[in-house]
Amino acid sequence: MNTPIAGLPLLLASSLKVAIMFGLVMLTVAYTTLAERRISAFIQDRLGPNRVGPFGLLQPIADGLKNLVKEEALPRTASKFYFMLGPMLAMGPALVTFAVVPFAAPLPTPWGVVDMIIADVPIGVLYILALSSLGVYGIVIGGWASNNKYAFLGALRASAQMVSYEVPLGLSLIVVLMMAGNVTLTEVVWQQQQLGLWFALPLSLGFILFVVSAFAETNRLPFDMPEAESELITGFHTEYSAMKFSMFFIAEYAHMLTASALMATLFFGGWDLPGSWDDAFWYQGELIRGFDASGGPLAAAPALWKTLLTFAGFAVKTGFFLLLYIWIRWTLPRFRYDQVMQLGWKVMLPTALAYIMVVSTTILVLEQVGVSGFAQGLALTGVSAICTVTFVFFLDRGRIIRGAAAKPEVMAPRPSAGGQRVIAGERATVSD
Amino acid sequence: MAITTRVIQRPEPGRISYLRAAFKGMTLTLRHMLSSKTVTQQYPEERTELSPRWRGTHVMEVHADGRPKCVACGLCPTVCPANCIRLVGGEDDQGNRYPIVFEIDEFRCIFCGMCQEVCPVEAIHVGRDFENAEYTRDRFVYDLDRLMQQDHETALLWDPADPDSE
Repeated sequence: MNTPIAGLPLLLASSLKVAIMFGLVMLTVAYTTLAERRISAFIQDRLGPNRVGPFGLLQPIADGLKNLVKEEALPRTASKFYFMLGPMLAMGPALVTFAVVPFAAPLPTPWGVVDMIIADVPIGVLYILALSSLGVYGIVIGGWASNNKYAFLGALRASAQMVSYEVPLGLSLIVVLMMAGNVTLTEVVWQQQQLGLWFALPLSLGFILFVVSAFAETNRLPFDMPEAESELITGFHTEYSAMKFSMFFIAEYAHMLTASALMATLFFGGWDLPGSWDDAFWYQGELIRGFDASGGPLAAAPALWKTLLTFAGFAVKTGFFLLLYIWIRWTLPRFRYDQVMQLGWKVMLPTALAYIMVVSTTILVLEQVGVSGFAQGLALTGVSAICTVTFVFFLDRGRIIRGAAAKPEVMAPRPSAGGQRVIAGERATVSD
Repeated sequence: MAITTRVIQRPEPGRISYLRAAFKGMTLTLRHMLSSKTVTQQYPEERTELSPRWRGTHVMEVHADGRPKCVACGLCPTVCPANCIRLVGGEDDQGNRYPIVFEIDEFRCIFCGMCQEVCPVEAIHVGRDFENAEYTRDRFVYDLDRLMQQDHETALLWDPADPDSE
């Protein structure tokens, strides 16, 4: 029967999982840097690094070696202890966050069923929120300790941005937790399997808010205020070189990876694939795949091929969001700093709060009426779709369908600008 | 010349659809990401055809018997605006002048090609070559032997078919 693994095999399996997942995360991070460089190259009609190994596949190894043997520059005026501490503090939390993300269906072994998650802690999502916000300490300490104006400005921006976007990030998670009824990520995945819908549909606005906040939290374009090459040299890591710089880099990409895995887990079913053949959850000590009509548990049949297939599904989902990160970075320009703050506090925060109200009211009403399960999911999908369209409509100044340039009759001269703007020989900049 | 004014039709700021613009940008970058067109030149394998007028690493022309064509007249160090040519001339028994020392500092050289223009015997030339990287700085001072060994083509400072265009 399906019994959870215990005793010495549990210890061994857990250590093995930690080792494998750590290696896998580091490998993915390394290859995300390569993907970033190659995809940015493709977007700009270039080739990107293709010299080291076939298709440049050994480039991350060459980069790593180079960074290890490069000279470490330590600014004379830097605070040495904190200067060293910064990169470590940035990298640590970024890597350990991955521990609570389930990455495949449980694996049956002769010693019992192994959960494909490193640590199924009961506080899952809270653990992620707590640790991912620790990452900013590394940035702030590193930026301050560099004793450099630009690094300091970057650190200040990082802290302000993190504080601002931590709030909508947490609030957008609340709707997910309301649907799942628990904060562990295994339960979140299980509830999506039971609902028959991935939360991205019934909670579409929550997904949008989460993606935007996650972009801001990971300091990626269009929110890369702490780095902002064109304004702050490279922001908080201006003074860092060699492996210390590399550690900030690894931290950024590890955050990206974790955020992508979270988007996949919270809103796209995690390792769940369509159909109920792969569903599995520990329910009162039994591994079940669902309930029959009378409410009795149906035993799940874990298998190696199911584990592998669901892991592939998880990898594809996470990979898609990583691609989205890169794709957006090389498309959208950077926000101005006040726009970032404005978006965070004046748009994201009220929207997230209002959305929580709407979703909780809808769930309450639906449960009072007696609608549950898939029908409830569909009803929520409708409500969320209305919310999303309204949000987008107002955010986009009521002009989402019709293009900006496709309406010549509204081009009346503005009185303040003194008639039509006439620009000789150069392009006008849109003043807003 | 008349000044041309171009009125740029810009939408009112309140009427710009930012999301639409963002999605438009995303599709554009996606199209480029998926298209196989690249403008990258794979340098060591693919090389640019240098212009016949390309002024690069110098070449000293030699006679058939292996002597340099230079007659140590001293015109090129005089005309050189970067002052990068060092020439010590000598005279053999028959009264022929020849260079004892002829050095060009390729670091100081600005590759203007005036040494080639001024040379009365067409000895010193700038050449169609740019790959002169070295590991040490002193390797950039080319002595006479090294200049004579350069085997790349020399630059045409003007188009022979259209000499007036210089």
